[in-house]
Amino acid sequence: MNFDFSDEEKLIQDQTARYLHDHCSSDVVRGILESDAGYDASLWQGLAELGLMGTAVPEQYGGVNAGSLALCLVAQELGAHLAPVPFASSIYLVCEGLLQYGTEAQKSQWLPQIASGATIGALAAVEQLTELRETDIACSAVARSDGRVRLSGKKLLVADGGLAQLIIVLARSDEGLGLYLVDANQSGVTRQSVATVDPSSDSAALEFDQADAELLGAPGEGWQQLHNLYDRAAVLLSFEQLGGAQSALDMAVGYAKERFAFGRPIGSFQGLKHLIADMYVALKLAESNCYYAAWALATDAPELPLAAATARVSATKAYQLCASDNIQVHGGMGFTWEFDCHLYYRRSNYLALMLGGLSSWENKLVNAIAAQQTNNRAAS
Amino acid sequence: MDFNDTPAEAAFRSEVRAWIDANAPAHLYGALSSSTFGGLNTGDEDPLEASKRWQKKKADAGWACLQWPQEYGGRGASPIERVIWSQEEGVYGKLAGSFIIGQGMCGPTLMEYASDAHKERYLPRLASGEEVWCQLFSEPHGGSDLAGLRTKAEKDGDEWVINGQKIWTSGAHYSDYGILITRTDATVAKHKGLTMFFLDMKSPGIDIRPIKQVNGQSGFNEVYFDDVRIPDHQRLGGVGDGWRVSLTTLMNERLAIGGSIATGYPELEDLVQALPFGEGVAMDDPAVRSRLADWYAKASGLRNTASRAISALSKGETPGPENSIGKLVAGTLMQDLAKFAMDMQGFGAVINDPEVAEGSARFQAMLLRSPAVRIEGGTDQILRNIIAERVLGLPEDLRADKGLPFNEIPTGN
Repeated sequence: MNFDFSDEEKLIQDQTARYLHDHCSSDVVRGILESDAGYDASLWQGLAELGLMGTAVPEQYGGVNAGSLALCLVAQELGAHLAPVPFASSIYLVCEGLLQYGTEAQKSQWLPQIASGATIGALAAVEQLTELRETDIACSAVARSDGRVRLSGKKLLVADGGLAQLIIVLARSDEGLGLYLVDANQSGVTRQSVATVDPSSDSAALEFDQADAELLGAPGEGWQQLHNLYDRAAVLLSFEQLGGAQSALDMAVGYAKERFAFGRPIGSFQGLKHLIADMYVALKLAESNCYYAAWALATDAPELPLAAATARVSATKAYQLCASDNIQVHGGMGFTWEFDCHLYYRRSNYLALMLGGLSSWENKLVNAIAAQQTNNRAAS
Repeated sequence: MDFNDTPAEAAFRSEVRAWIDANAPAHLYGALSSSTFGGLNTGDEDPLEASKRWQKKKADAGWACLQWPQEYGGRGASPIERVIWSQEEGVYGKLAGSFIIGQGMCGPTLMEYASDAHKERYLPRLASGEEVWCQLFSEPHGGSDLAGLRTKAEKDGDEWVINGQKIWTSGAHYSDYGILITRTDATVAKHKGLTMFFLDMKSPGIDIRPIKQVNGQSGFNEVYFDDVRIPDHQRLGGVGDGWRVSLTTLMNERLAIGGSIATGYPELEDLVQALPFGEGVAMDDPAVRSRLADWYAKASGLRNTASRAISALSKGETPGPENSIGKLVAGTLMQDLAKFAMDMQGFGAVINDPEVAEGSARFQAMLLRSPAVRIEGGTDQILRNIIAERVLGLPEDLRADKGLPFNEIPTGN
């Protein structure tokens, strides 16, 4: 047993951290927050030049083939620096989707472009503003004679949907639900921006009108594939949440040491110490769960659904706790636009809802426990 | 990163499994499995005798105190091998409860501070379970504020004379020896006037009185010292150096206890999948599911945190301070889930008779024992202070006793 990342993986993390430290200050995040840009194009370009989009992409498709574990640590740094880039959509969802389900032709066509940062991706699943349900999916995929499909319907709340050139769409055909690849640069695709609690990330509603598309993976398997992709993305997103939680905790600790009241640093009061200690505890539990999930992701272990849901549930809670109590430690100043506390608060609550909210992941977690119990009984 | 056994680990595991299969007291399996939290069930046999028999058998075959050097009765095994052993020992590991403090804390302290002759005399018998040790630290006036202890040691020729009282001494009533921290100088600051000894628990002048606990059991004792004499060669470390010696003991406490902390989660999971609830079982209910998910995530977070510590140990690193979170999380977790399990059981949950109550009254046992988990070995509040000050570097609280000679510290009575 070895429960740690390798030196090579940590080196990639350090390089990412250094680059983001120099190029992704809170001024950069605020620049996007206060504009309509949706992401920072020059930061995106810089990350691409470091090869980070291709971290887990094989070399034959233009990646650096450093593996999922390294990608987890990259995600942690992006989260720690609140990087305003469409990395989660492009890499954890679309790139992973192509790696998992793409044909050789699809991979050869798209992966090099994603790995180079030239193509931004997004995943479009949600059609109702509630929990995602299989029966709600009405987007239709109609087969054409040449083997391609025409895709029509409306998707709400597509993360990075306003930026993406390549979109994976969950839609219904005669054979049931499937995942479809859509090139967004065509007249059959229109987008409308949506204002969210975190304007440093892009969100859009997308409408497809007889858009040209092609099947990704197996027909009728879309729901299963989507959930497998969500499980994989959940591990990576949990690392982003960890990174953000750690930064919010560091910010709280820093302020509690510096700020004086009643003639002493406020961090010397037990009322704040215990609040901050609880932030640390939540973070450490989540971190250990994320490590385990990283292993399950990297080895395609059968434990992945349970490990991913566990990491996701604890990382979501840890980030929300650290971000909200960071404001509390800062007192009134924490509620000002000027202090950075709200950047973490926004991002923590935005990420909590990406891929479905906490309660949906709690549900998945218990489903996975039940499945494991069934397997154990079958084995014994 | 790899969670699977290496070939060497797998070979060790099968060796362990074969030996345990051939030697473990299989007739106790049922009774041990039904032991509830805080209690050891060994059927018709005396629990201490059963524990000592298993420990001796392990020692004779070289399976006692795996992490200790062989010369002291251990095996010189790696941290990972220790974990594999405890996974394979499973329910029989409950028989090691009476030895945890001696082997986990007193032993390592002796290794560092006792003379060679003493190490040779005492350590192998501590490893084999033939002699049981306890740790005499807490006092009525020195619990969370351990360094505020008052038990006095005064030099008289080649001996020290001990007067005072200890409390919360686990297993004092069946222990053969103990390590004892005393005050040898009340005119200096509180941490500076302490000295550590070990002593024979059968020494004249020792009076041991069991404490009846909330759960009706008596695992702890008050120990009174009335002119108890200890030879100077049983001093551990220098005169006035007791605080530093005690830190060795307490650091080992973290390592001894850290890996295997009970939360009650597996028992809850068993309950909710079987308990009839509405149309189905409790596990189908949305409110139950939400709590189950939260508690699973916490219990699994603790397990994975322990794995990280083992991984660090096996690479020769010191486990990080994240290990101080184990007991802090586990105590409240157990208390919360015991209350919840009883709530789900309904009216019958008030029954505390293991013969009648659901699941041998295991949740009732957890409910009544868990308050102690949140206090023993550092209260929740002290642990939060430790995390805040030593891990996160927040400034110390103002201390009214700072720098004062011990005999000038306000006592309130």
